[in-house]
Amino acid sequence: MASTIKPAGNQTFFGHARYVVMSNPVTLIAMSLFLLIIIIAIFGPYMVPYDPLASSAGNALQPPSWQHWFGTDQLGRDVFSRVIVATRLDLIISVSAVAMSFVVGASIGGIAGYQGGWLDSVVGRFLDTIMAFPLFVLAMGIVAASGNTVQNVVIATAIINLPFYARVARSEVVVRRQAGWVQAAQLAGNGPMRILFGRVLPNALPPMMVQISLNMGWAILNAAGLSFIGLGVRPPTAEWGIMVAEGAGYIISGEWWLVLFPGAALMIAVFTFNLLGDGLRDMVDPQRRT
Amino acid sequence: MKKSTILPLLAVKNLTVQFKTRLGEVTAVDDISLSLKLGETMGVVGESGSGKSVTSYAILGILDKAGFVSGGTATYSGIELLPTREATMRDIRGREISMIFQNPRAALNPIRTVGDQISDVLLEHAQCTRDTARAKTIQALKNVKIRDPEQRVDAYPFELSGGMCQRVVIAMALACKPKILIADEPTTGLDVTTQRAVMDLIVELTRSNGMATILITHDLGLAGQYCDEITVMEKGKIVESGSSKQIFTAPTHAYTKKLVRATPHGALNARDLLPEDLAAKALPLDADVDRLIKGRRHGPLLELESLKKSFKGQKSFLEFVRRQPAKAFEAVKGIDLKIWPSESVGLVGESGCGKSTTSAMIMRLLDPTSGVIRFKGQDISLVSREAFVRSPTRASLQMVFQDPSESLNPRFTAAQSIADPLIRLMGMRDSVAMTERLHELAQMVGLPESLLERLPHQLSGGQKARVGIARAIASEPDLLVLDEPTAALDVSVQAIVLNLLIDLRIKTGMAYLFVSHDLEVVRLLCDRVIVMRAGEIVEQGATADVLSNPSHPYTRELLAAAPKPPTFLSDDALSGEVMYE
Repeated sequence: MASTIKPAGNQTFFGHARYVVMSNPVTLIAMSLFLLIIIIAIFGPYMVPYDPLASSAGNALQPPSWQHWFGTDQLGRDVFSRVIVATRLDLIISVSAVAMSFVVGASIGGIAGYQGGWLDSVVGRFLDTIMAFPLFVLAMGIVAASGNTVQNVVIATAIINLPFYARVARSEVVVRRQAGWVQAAQLAGNGPMRILFGRVLPNALPPMMVQISLNMGWAILNAAGLSFIGLGVRPPTAEWGIMVAEGAGYIISGEWWLVLFPGAALMIAVFTFNLLGDGLRDMVDPQRRT
Repeated sequence: MKKSTILPLLAVKNLTVQFKTRLGEVTAVDDISLSLKLGETMGVVGESGSGKSVTSYAILGILDKAGFVSGGTATYSGIELLPTREATMRDIRGREISMIFQNPRAALNPIRTVGDQISDVLLEHAQCTRDTARAKTIQALKNVKIRDPEQRVDAYPFELSGGMCQRVVIAMALACKPKILIADEPTTGLDVTTQRAVMDLIVELTRSNGMATILITHDLGLAGQYCDEITVMEKGKIVESGSSKQIFTAPTHAYTKKLVRATPHGALNARDLLPEDLAAKALPLDADVDRLIKGRRHGPLLELESLKKSFKGQKSFLEFVRRQPAKAFEAVKGIDLKIWPSESVGLVGESGCGKSTTSAMIMRLLDPTSGVIRFKGQDISLVSREAFVRSPTRASLQMVFQDPSESLNPRFTAAQSIADPLIRLMGMRDSVAMTERLHELAQMVGLPESLLERLPHQLSGGQKARVGIARAIASEPDLLVLDEPTAALDVSVQAIVLNLLIDLRIKTGMAYLFVSHDLEVVRLLCDRVIVMRAGEIVEQGATADVLSNPSHPYTRELLAAAPKPPTFLSDDALSGEVMYE
């Protein structure tokens, strides 16, 4: 709308994002780590020194050296290459799971909050039912029942995260549905769906952004956890959870590098997403623009 | 000479307070000096951002983290208050100097009884023991004239009305018999009759307890009625101080003059509220005269017939089992009214009288329980609220909301907000025509075009009000409902917005339904006034008749409760009118 009227320089999204990143060193660190992870996920497979799946029996269980920075595993595969290549898969699983639960959760939570009444109660109890299960066990059950594929890991992760989004969306919508500007939007001839999805939910974005970034971390952990117990991604695919699971048996015999490097990668990824929350919230909050 | 013999209770000298912000340091209070004597009520008057609240926070040492006192002294009967020493202040706050805040509900803990909260204060300052706490608390409630204090002592804040809550807050503030009471906008958000009761109480307690009171307010009329001395602040500086009579009858500073002019009481017409230079340039009101005659030639624009709205309460379990109907609350109990084209009608009443419910039903934001809403001869109450959004009549009925900040989407620029009805109701898609129309509307409401691309939080209160008005008139409505459009604005901004509304009416011939609790504003803007109480219309008639010669006792009570600056007290005294109910 009003396409001829352009916002001034400091009001564009990127101008504001730059300000947010520059004003807070924690956000700057988080954003740099996030960019690094993205670059590795995209270009990693073309940059690694060895084929992550190529085994060489003679080279098995080598400690870290100049040839193999992170050492080699029990089949002689290069751990460094595997850690780098795994980034893409882990990121795809967590991003798509979080995107699914965000879209679906925000929609049902938003509709429930905006309509109120019996629909709100039904949706609320349905979400409570999901929450009543230990979430990881629920995810295990879903993957075990629906088949051991990456796709099902994504769906299971999305389902267990759904209630968090729905609840945040519902509570944010409930406080706004009677606001003057919502009534004004009705007077301006907007239907309920347009008001909910075009007006109210975008205003609920800042608190949901924090939820997204925290959930990204959880989703990676969840996917890795499922692989760790043998569900979801199957060997020999390079994935952080499987690598930790396979390496776990070798800690006792002193081959620590099998577990340490994929574990550290997992930790850095989760850490990055957790740090990112406040920065993302400030970026999507128009009130932070001066 | 006489002044110097009495030592001031509180003396503030050259106080300067600054705030650290993104854009560097901002001076909120600039080199101000005050002195308060025992038994005195001092009014500190100024518009938002004038630094009046910050001054009191600085004295009590409760400034935000970003704020700091960068110069000056404050002495309370010989004790240095600045720089703030926490140990000293803990004894002084509450026991020597007490403060009450704007929103009484926010000042009370919602999950504890009011009695517990008062006795906390008493115990903290060793004014009682555990055994005497209850008796002392009941006495404190009695002192603020709460009826049945023995029962109310166990009430939770949500069980009490706003006025009652403010009394409890005053009881808490006065529990330890402080020498100074600082009241920061104590009656904002309260009804006029409640405002009067609370202010009377504060002044009476100040006298009987031998205290001194500082009343911080934006309402010059209120300060004029209740204060001995008035200090006027603008942008962190004191521009004038003197006795309240002096401020009203012979203001010397230009800003004080502007404020006194903008205070609606006593103005003959809305143009009188504007500064002289603007008033001279305004459209002549004569253009307005034959408007009503023209309007009456047609049938009524809007007719309400026995319009009712009741809200169902939650069924209790017992009622559910016994299949009893849920108790309903009747917000509007069958009202009839008519509005003719180009007419300006005031709908007056206190909070909870059903005036907002009525306007929401007329706007079709709320479905009536029964009754007829006839707009241009068509019963629009037959169309449901959801379906009315697509009705062609939607564009003819528009509304300006009470709080300009709350009625603008925080993510929309001013242009997007104003464009919304143009796109949805007028089907305007062409961006060149849109820009042209946006600029035209901005000009009509006096909004600089450069502000169109700003987000709401980057605009001032008055600018936001203009955006709200521009949005409401964008679809060229025939009836505009104005729900207290100036209640959240400073008086000088209110003066400008009221005049803007009059100009728009002259130019466009819209009819107004002006919902308000402020009779003075209604007097200046409306041809006819309707007084509502508890869901019913108690009185209606031409504005001049109703306000000068009210027939219903409730109308009289409302009129009497409106703050009266000192110049007008003498007039009332002459006419010998009885002010109390």
